[in-house]
Amino acid sequence: MALLQISEPGESPDPHQHRRAVGIDLGTTHSLVATVRSGSAEMILDEGGRALLPSIVRYLPDGAVVVGEAARAEQADDPENTIVSVKRFMGRGVADVAKYGALPYKFRGGAGMVGIETSSGVRSPVQVSAEILKVLRERAERALGGELFGAVVTVPAYFDDSQRQATKDSARLAGLNVLRLLNEPTAAAIAYGLDHRSEGTFAIFDLGGGTFDISILRLTRGVFEVLSTNGDSALGGDDFDMAIATHWRSRHRLADASGRDTRRLLATARQVKEALTTAPEADAHVTLSYGQKLHLHLTRREFQEMTAGLVQKTFAPTRKALRDAGLRVEEVDGVVLVGGATRMPHLQDGVEKLFGKPALKDLDPDQVVALGAAIQANVLAGNRTGDDWLLLDVIPLSLGLETMGGLVERVIPRNSTIPAARAQEFTTFKDGQSAMAIHVVQGERELVADNRSLARFELRGIPPMVAGAARIQVTFQVDADGLLSVSAREKTTGVETSIVVKPSYGLTDDEVARMLQEGFKHAEGDRDARALAEQRVEAEAMLSALGAALAKDGELLTREERGTIDTLMAALDVARGGIHHRAIKAAIEALNEGSEAFATRRMDRAVSGAFSGRTLDEVASK
Amino acid sequence: MAVTLTTAAADHVQRYIEKRGKGIGLRLGVKTTGCSGLAYKLEFADATQDGDQEFESNGVKVLIDPKSLAYLDGTELDFVKEGLNEGFKFNNPNEKDRCGCGESFNV
Repeated sequence: MALLQISEPGESPDPHQHRRAVGIDLGTTHSLVATVRSGSAEMILDEGGRALLPSIVRYLPDGAVVVGEAARAEQADDPENTIVSVKRFMGRGVADVAKYGALPYKFRGGAGMVGIETSSGVRSPVQVSAEILKVLRERAERALGGELFGAVVTVPAYFDDSQRQATKDSARLAGLNVLRLLNEPTAAAIAYGLDHRSEGTFAIFDLGGGTFDISILRLTRGVFEVLSTNGDSALGGDDFDMAIATHWRSRHRLADASGRDTRRLLATARQVKEALTTAPEADAHVTLSYGQKLHLHLTRREFQEMTAGLVQKTFAPTRKALRDAGLRVEEVDGVVLVGGATRMPHLQDGVEKLFGKPALKDLDPDQVVALGAAIQANVLAGNRTGDDWLLLDVIPLSLGLETMGGLVERVIPRNSTIPAARAQEFTTFKDGQSAMAIHVVQGERELVADNRSLARFELRGIPPMVAGAARIQVTFQVDADGLLSVSAREKTTGVETSIVVKPSYGLTDDEVARMLQEGFKHAEGDRDARALAEQRVEAEAMLSALGAALAKDGELLTREERGTIDTLMAALDVARGGIHHRAIKAAIEALNEGSEAFATRRMDRAVSGAFSGRTLDEVASK
Repeated sequence: MAVTLTTAAADHVQRYIEKRGKGIGLRLGVKTTGCSGLAYKLEFADATQDGDQEFESNGVKVLIDPKSLAYLDGTELDFVKEGLNEGFKFNNPNEKDRCGCGESFNV
C-alpha cells in the first residue's frame, strides 16, 4: 500500500496526484539527493544510510560502471579509468582542462567539450555526470516508491551558459526531468530562509571540494533576491588536501610520485584533514607502489599555518561581493556556511572574524544545498499550493554586443535578476547598409577584444536607408536556468533573426574570475580605451558626412573657405590615427567650428528648396 | 470510538511538527475521491474546528471531524519503512478493499 506523508492543512493531495520531486546537489566531490516529506526537506539515504555519494565514476573494461564509494575504494589502483571531480570538465574544451595541471586522464577532443579515454571507450563529462545522476535517481525512486516527476539540479553561481547546458544535458541523459537549474548559494538560502523564517541580508559562504562561491542575498517575507555573487572557481577543499600532500612530499623527499601514489597521498591527506577538525593531531600510514612505507603525521597547528594563505584567498572575492551589493560588512545580518570545507575550525574562525559575527551552521554544510533544491523542486512540482514566494537569481557576467569601434554595449548588466529580457535599439552606420553583424559577448571590459565572444550572427534584408534611419531592435533573453537567446528585428520591415547561444564550450571558471578581476583592475585604462574608440568613430562619421556634403554642395564655399575646411579635415584625419582621444576630440571641435558656416548655408539652401514653388498651406499640411 | 498512533508514528509526527515550527497536532479524515471512492486525509492541525473529535495517543493530539470518524473508528496510524521508502500507514478495520496502489479505499 502507498505510504502517506503529512500535508499542510487543507492540502491533502488527491490519490495519484502527489508528484515525486527531488533536489540534487551535483557536487565536485560529493553528490546528494533530497526530497520534501511530510512538509520538511530530508536527505534521501542509500541502503547503507549514507547521504553523500562520492562523485566518482569508474569504467571497467567490460563496459560496466561503478559509481560512488566502490569507485572511490579502487581509485588509487585504477586512476586512469576512475574519473573524479568531473564537474570541473563540464562544458570545457581541451585547452581549458590543460590548465588544471597534471591529471591522470587521457583527454580527447577537438573544438568541443573534452572526452576522456577510459577502458570502456571515450566518455564525455556529460556522460560521466549522468552516471552519478542515474544512481541518485534510482536511489530516490526506491525511496519514494515510483518514478520521479522532476528534479531541481544545482550549479555553481559562476557556471556559464555551456556549463549549465552540459549539466542539463547530463540530467536528461540520466532520465531526469529538469524542473530548474538553481544556483547553489541560492539553494542554501532557501534551506535556511524557509526553515528558519529569517529575514534580512545574508552572505552565503560556500567552500566546496573544488569551488568557492560567495553570494550576498536579501530575504524579505519569502522573497529571495541575489544582490551579488563572486568567488574563486579554482579554490576548494581539494586544495587543502593538495597542500598537505605537497608538504609530505617535500618532508619525505618523494620525487615525482606516480598517478597512483599521488591519489593515495591525496586520499590520506583528506582523511587527516577531516580528523584535524576535531583532533589536535592525526597520523596515517601509507605504502607506496614501489614498497616504501610512510608514517605521516600532522598537527592542527601545522595544517593551519600551511593553509592560512588558502583561507585568506576567500576574503578578496568576499569583499568584492559586498562592494557589488553596496553593503558594509556590518550590514550583513548573517553568514551561512555551506560546503564540507567550512567544517575546518580555522576557516570558520577566519570567516567569523571577517564578518564580525558567528556564522550560521545549524544545517549540515554538505546537505544545505540539496535540501534547498528539494524545497524548490517541491514548489515547482506543484505540491505546495498557495505559495507566493518568488525566487530571483542573477547572471554572473554582463551580456552585451559589439558596436562600432570594437566597443561593448551592455544589454544586460551583471547581477541582473533572471529570468530577464531586455531590448535595445540600434541603427545602421552607413548609407544603404543592408545587413548587420551581431556579435554577442560576455564580460565586464569596455572593449570587445577583452571579453568572451559567445556567438555571432547576421541580420540580413535591411532595406536601403540612410545611415541612422533603420531601427533594429535586439532582444536578449535569459531564462530561469541562466541560458541566453538573442534575437534581432528591423522594425520598419519586420525582418527578424535569432540565435540560442550554445557555445561548444564557454568560459573556464578561471577566465570568469580573471575577467572579473581585470574589470576592476583595468577600469581606468578601459575608460581611456573606450573614449579613444568613441572619438575615432565620431571622427570617421564626421569626415565621411562632410566629404559627402562637400561633393554635393561644395560650390557654396569660396576657395579660401574650402581651403580652411580641407586643412581641418586633414588634421582630424591625422589625429584619429593617433592614440590620444583628447587630440581627436579637439580636432573634431575645430572642424565643427570651421564648417559651421558651410552647414548653415547648406541648411538655407535645403529649406528654400523644400519651400520654393509651394503655398504656405502645402507646407503646413506636410 | 477511538483512533490511535503507534509509538513510531507518534515520534515522527512530533519530529515533523517540531521541524515545521508550529501546529497543535494531527488532523485525520477521509475524502470522497480516488478510484475506490475514499481517500485518507493526513494533515498538520493548526487549530480545532467546530465538531472536531479530539484524541490523544502517545502524546500526539489527533483531530477528526465527526463525519470522517465513522470511517476511521478503530484505526491505528503506523509509521513504516519499506526498503528505502518510508511514510504513514492507516491500519483501518473498516476498510473492505482498496485500489491497486492503495491510495484510495472502500468501506
